[in-house]
Order: sequence, then C-alpha cells, then structure tokens
Amino acid sequence: MTAPAIANAALDDATAVSAHPAQEPVRATRDSRPLRLITCGSVDDGKSTLIGRLLWDTKAVKEDQAATLQRDSNGKQNDLGLPDFALLLDGLQAEREQGITIDVAYRYFSTDKRSFIVADTPGHEQYTRNMATGASTADLAVLLVDARVGLLEQTRRHATIATLMGIRQFVLAVNKIDLTNYDRARFEQISHEFKELALSLGVRQVTAIPVSALKGENVVYDGSGSMPWYDGPTLIEVLELATTRSAQTVGFRLPVQRVSRPGESFRGYQGTVAGGSVKPGDSVVILPSGMVANVTKIVTFDLVRNAAVAGDAITLVLDRQVDVSRGDMIAAIDSQPMTGLAFDAQLVALQPEGIQPGKRYWLKSGSRRQRVQVQPASQLDLKTGKWNHADELPMNAIGKVHLFFDEQAIFDAYEQNRTTGAFILIDPDTNNTVAGGMITAKRAALGGIHAEESRVILSLPADLADQLMATELFAGRREDVEVRRVNAGKAAEIIDAIDG
Amino acid sequence: MPHNLPETELHNPQSTKPPLDPHLKALENEAIHIFREVAAEFERPVMLYSIGKDSSVLLHLARKAFYPGRVPFPLLHIDTGWKFQEMIAFRDEMVEKYDLDLVVHTNPRGAAENVTPFSHGSALYTDIMKTEALRQALDAGQYDAAFGGARRDEEASRAKERIYSFRTPDHRWDPRNQRPELWNIYNGMIRKGESVRAFPLSNWTEVDIWRYIQAEEIPIVPLYFAKKRPIVERDGMMILAEDPRLELLPGEAKREEVIRFRTLGCFPLTGAIRSGATTLNDIISELETATVSERQGRAIDRDQSGSMEKKKREGYF
Repeated sequence: MTAPAIANAALDDATAVSAHPAQEPVRATRDSRPLRLITCGSVDDGKSTLIGRLLWDTKAVKEDQAATLQRDSNGKQNDLGLPDFALLLDGLQAEREQGITIDVAYRYFSTDKRSFIVADTPGHEQYTRNMATGASTADLAVLLVDARVGLLEQTRRHATIATLMGIRQFVLAVNKIDLTNYDRARFEQISHEFKELALSLGVRQVTAIPVSALKGENVVYDGSGSMPWYDGPTLIEVLELATTRSAQTVGFRLPVQRVSRPGESFRGYQGTVAGGSVKPGDSVVILPSGMVANVTKIVTFDLVRNAAVAGDAITLVLDRQVDVSRGDMIAAIDSQPMTGLAFDAQLVALQPEGIQPGKRYWLKSGSRRQRVQVQPASQLDLKTGKWNHADELPMNAIGKVHLFFDEQAIFDAYEQNRTTGAFILIDPDTNNTVAGGMITAKRAALGGIHAEESRVILSLPADLADQLMATELFAGRREDVEVRRVNAGKAAEIIDAIDG
Repeated sequence: MPHNLPETELHNPQSTKPPLDPHLKALENEAIHIFREVAAEFERPVMLYSIGKDSSVLLHLARKAFYPGRVPFPLLHIDTGWKFQEMIAFRDEMVEKYDLDLVVHTNPRGAAENVTPFSHGSALYTDIMKTEALRQALDAGQYDAAFGGARRDEEASRAKERIYSFRTPDHRWDPRNQRPELWNIYNGMIRKGESVRAFPLSNWTEVDIWRYIQAEEIPIVPLYFAKKRPIVERDGMMILAEDPRLELLPGEAKREEVIRFRTLGCFPLTGAIRSGATTLNDIISELETATVSERQGRAIDRDQSGSMEKKKREGYF
C-alpha cells in the first residue's frame, strides 16, 4: 500500500492517450539546453512589459498568479485589459514600495522548441553590478530601446557591459513601435545605429526587431498585420535559434571539487568538465604540481562512460597514485591552461568599498581559492568607451587590474574559456563577494626583463613589429603600448641616449 | 554546433533508461555541481527532506553526486505531526533502501502546547511547527549549510534568491543585501554561527521536476497520483479526510472523489485537485495544459500579500 509509485508510465502510454484523446501527446524530449539570456533596458523602455508579455504569451503565468496580480494592482490594468506586468516581476516588497527593480531576478518560460532562463536586471546606472551578475551566465542579451527615443547613453553602457562579460549575440528590441505609427524608416535608422555600436564592440551577431510589447507584436506572435514591411523573425524565433555557449573546442579542463574515497579500492576525482572532452586512455596533467597520469575510467551513477564533454559532472579515475586535492585542475597534457603568479584581468567592482590597491583578497575560480593582491590600472569610462588611469575602483566601476598571487594560479583567458577564465574576489574582512573578474592574459616574465612598474623599449624591424602586434596578446593590451615609426639610425640614437 | 554532441554514453545493458535529453542533463549537471561544492566547502551540511516530489529529486541528485560513495550528510525532516500518513511511511522506506542518515525533529514547545492548524490558525501554526522547529533543528545540529529543494519559479521572492543563500546566526535572510553570484562560482565563506541555504534546484521548473522523475524513474509518494480518496471541502480547498484528528465542522460532509495532490505539505493545509492523472505521462500532460500554479493549493502562501518573503526572512525555507 505504501510502496513507492515507481514511474513506469511508458507501459500505460497507449491507454493514457486513448483515454484522453483530446490531450496533446507528451513532449518526449527537448533537444537543446536552456538558453540563458539577459534583458537590458529601463522601466521607461517597457522592459517589464516585454518580459511580462513573454511570460504571458508562452503561458508561463497561471490563473491564480494573474488573480493575485489583479488584486495587488487594485484592478489597475493596461489598456488591453492585461494586468500590470511589472508587479509580476518585482518580487520583493521593497521593490513594490519603491516601484523599481533592485536585484537580479530569474524567470522561466518555454516553447515547444526550447526553454529559457531570463536574468531580469535593473537598468539604472547604479546597478551596473547587477547587470554584470546577470550577464555572467547569459548566452544572449536583449537590449531594449523606445522607438520614439532611440539609442541612449545607457544602451551603450549595457552593450559594453554585456560584451565585456563575454556575450556575443545581441537582439535589439525596438519597442513601442506602435507609438511611431509603425515607422519603418525610424526602425531602420535605430537598428543601423545599433549595428554600428555593436560592431565597434566587436559583436557581429545582431538582430534588430520592431516590437510592441504592450500589444504583443513580434514578441511571441508576429506583427505582420501592423508591420507588413518587416519580414524578419519574432523575438521568440531568434531566441529559439540562438546558440548556447560551449567550451568544447578548447582543451580538457576538470577543476577538482572533491576527492571520492568510499573505500580502499576506489579513488575518484569529482568535478564538472570546464572545457574540452575526455575519454579513457587520455593523458592528463595535474596542475599546479605538473604530475602526469592517464585516465582509466569516467564514472557516473548510471554507467561507466566512454567520454565526457564540457558541462558534464563526472568522477574521473586515473591510472596511478598521484597527489590530487580540491582546487587542483586536471587538464589535457597537450593543451594546458596558463599557470603563474601574475595575471591581468578586467573586473567589475560590486560593493560600496570598491577595490582597494594592495589589499589582499580571496580569489575563487572554479574550485580553487587563494590569496591575491589586486592592483588597479585603469577604469572604463562607459560614456566614451575609453580606459582612464585609475589607482582604485569604486562600486560599479569596470577596471583593468593586475593580480599578484602567493601561490601558482591556474587560468585560461576568459575569451577562450568562460569558466576557467572567470573568478570572484572575496573580502576577507566581510566575507562578501566584492568583484567579478575575467582573465585577459598572464603577465609575461620576459627572461627577467619584467619588473614592477617598468617599461621596455624595443627596437624592431617594422615587419616583425607588425607580426607581433597582430598576436592576441598584443591586441588585448594595445592601449598599453606606445609605437613610433623611425629609421634605424634614429632608433639607435634614442636607445644609445638611454644607455648613456 | 551544440546540437551534434559526440556520442558520450555507452548504453548500460542493465539500464532500460535512454540517456537524458540535453535540457534535463544540463539541469542535473548544475545540481550535482552545487551538491559537490557545498559538501566540499562546509563542515556540517544537512539536507532538508520534506518527502515531496522536489525532495525526491533532490535526494536522487545527491545520490548521483556522491556515487560511488554514500550521501555524506544527514537528511533532516521537520515533522509537524500533521503530515500525510503515506508521506511518513515513504520517508522511512527511502531511508532504509538508500542507507541514509535521517534526523527527525518536532518542535517540543508546539507539541507540549498542542499547537495544531485547527487551534492556532495556519499562520501561527506554520511559524511554530515549521519555521521555529527548523531553527531549533539547525541550531541543535550546528549545521553550517542546509540544502533545500526550492525553485525560483515557485514564487516571486524566490525568483531573487541566490543558489547559496546567506543566513545570519539567527537564520535571517536579508533579501536586499544578498551576495552577488556570478557564473557558477559560489562564495561559501561564513563566520561561525552563520550559515548558507543551498538550492540545487533553483533553475528547475515544475515540469522539469516531473519530466526528470519520469526519465530517472524516481520513487515518489503515491498521493501525487489520482485515486478515489475521502475528502472534505473547507475554505475552498479539498482536504484529505482520513486522519481521525480531522473533526468535521457543522455543515461539512465527507465524500469520495478521484483526486491527487500537486504539492504535499501538512494535510489540513494542502488542497487536492480533481484529476484523473494516474501516470507520470498524465501528470505531465495535465501540467502542460494547467492554468493554475502549483502553490495555488497551499493555504500558507495566501495568509497575507508578500507572505512567502516574510516567512523566508524569518527562516522558513
């Protein structure tokens, strides 16, 4: 009687369907991972209405929730008889009282093709940190503008933050298009301006869509009735086809979370594959020790697997006794991450204390936590896109910093791997998370040339200089480099003068 | 590009289960990652076990996360004394079957003062028998991390809760001052007395839970499946009428209906739904066409507006 009801519904399938002929067949599988997206824009742009519309039209809002909404909005409705969507989204009482969104909230909706996780973040400038938080896990950003107003300074700010956090797919939702009388020229002008902006940030994958969130045009349902001139996709169609990030093209990485030793005979290393793939027989290196071993087995609860790829939570068994503990990284022997004591990074300051020079923080990346000293170098001016010299970084600042470690650190560049290139800083005094950061490069130790605060003048043939400057390392730090073109004689003269 | 993943799974001849679809696999991977991270970073973790469907999924994921080892922390059940009888039997069966450590706690004050949902009303009863009891049990066990099965899609204030949700020494949650949480890097640094509630199912929806239960053949309490059961109608809810402590009020009558439960809590506060869903396929179909949310049957959510946020600030899960 109390026996657990084991799920073996497959057997009852035929009867179930015939007993409920009106019901649609159960969806067997979803063939893709959930798409994570962030929405950027302010209340004025109709962001809450857009998200509310997505939830409403995909039937993610249920009747009792709608009833609570109706009650809380005191019967206030928009002119289409729909409840005030903002109330649906602003979950905390403080937000309802102040009528603003103060934190990141996550929303869930799905279509027949895919499911979606939306990080809903506030638009105000003082909430850059919230946006960065929401963007850290997003595959795509939806930027909202009011068709009557066009691009704003905040549009540039949002696009810049999204790009810095590694988002390479943008959707520009040109909202309130109904209030421009569906003005095609206006839409095209705004989308052209935005594409220029995105290009200047290095983002090529941009879709601009004219929408009316209020009327539900080109959000989930198409708006061709009002906008016959627009033959592009609706918002939901773009989201259904967007790609999710994948770290499969890079080398194998397994940050070790814990060592599993249930008995004398078994020793496995548990973690989530953070890049590439692995199979039994592969040679791996354990970092930072540098010891080498071969993979014998990939163990999971259900079965022993013949391969694992980025994203899989696995237990790895190696062919020999090696010293591996939490915080170590097991990596492909022929494609290793960078190890070193000094790295360059970009970070977002998340707390009122900002980031102070010389202070020793905890840095956590993957499962590894270690002490670090942070030296700010410059701060991004979000209005102009220029980096200005800075010695410390206040809250909401985006800065470039140098990181100095006591012990070997292990990273990939964030551009190559969004997992092994990301970190957080924790203030040891408060235990709070004070920054989110992205590794740009290892600080090179050029055979002893490198020392703190110093610069090096090289004199190179122009063709060699061209090649060097085309490398990624150079490109990432272009603004740190001063270049003058001179002839050989002049170069010798300058360098001699320094030596003399 | 992400659609043609390499074939990574050798079919286990003993297993009749097909591999999980990429959507559920991603959710499972994330949850296992969280379980392992908490187990490694905290000294005394515990898992809140409420015996419901989410707890069943949580337990299954914990077993997967630590395989081939056993689950390295105890389960904690806050027993109000008013759970469905079938839930308690199911709980004991799971503990035995999976070799789990179980801690059961009932608030001694509530038991002594005979606090019941009928005598004290749902709000006060929940406060004493659930929230206060939970605080007592967490203090007694000196647990520094507690896993819970809450999902962000359940309720508005939960939509903003972190995966690692920080609590003060008196178990309070400050929704306006939460630690930022970026990527999948969780900050587990706390002082003595402070703790973290960890929510591995944060990104799951109700349908995901059911589809996962189906795909993984996870045992659940039979009350989730439709059957003819004795009920009584009260405050617009259909309450199960099989416990002798349930006294009928004037004008109330017991009758039998084919019903099931969408969520399970304390029986006097949990409303049944009329449903003919006897299989997981039925339940999933029903959900995909459902027009009301799952917590609609929970009286405690409706005590007052912003109800869940208030309870959570005070330490309720």
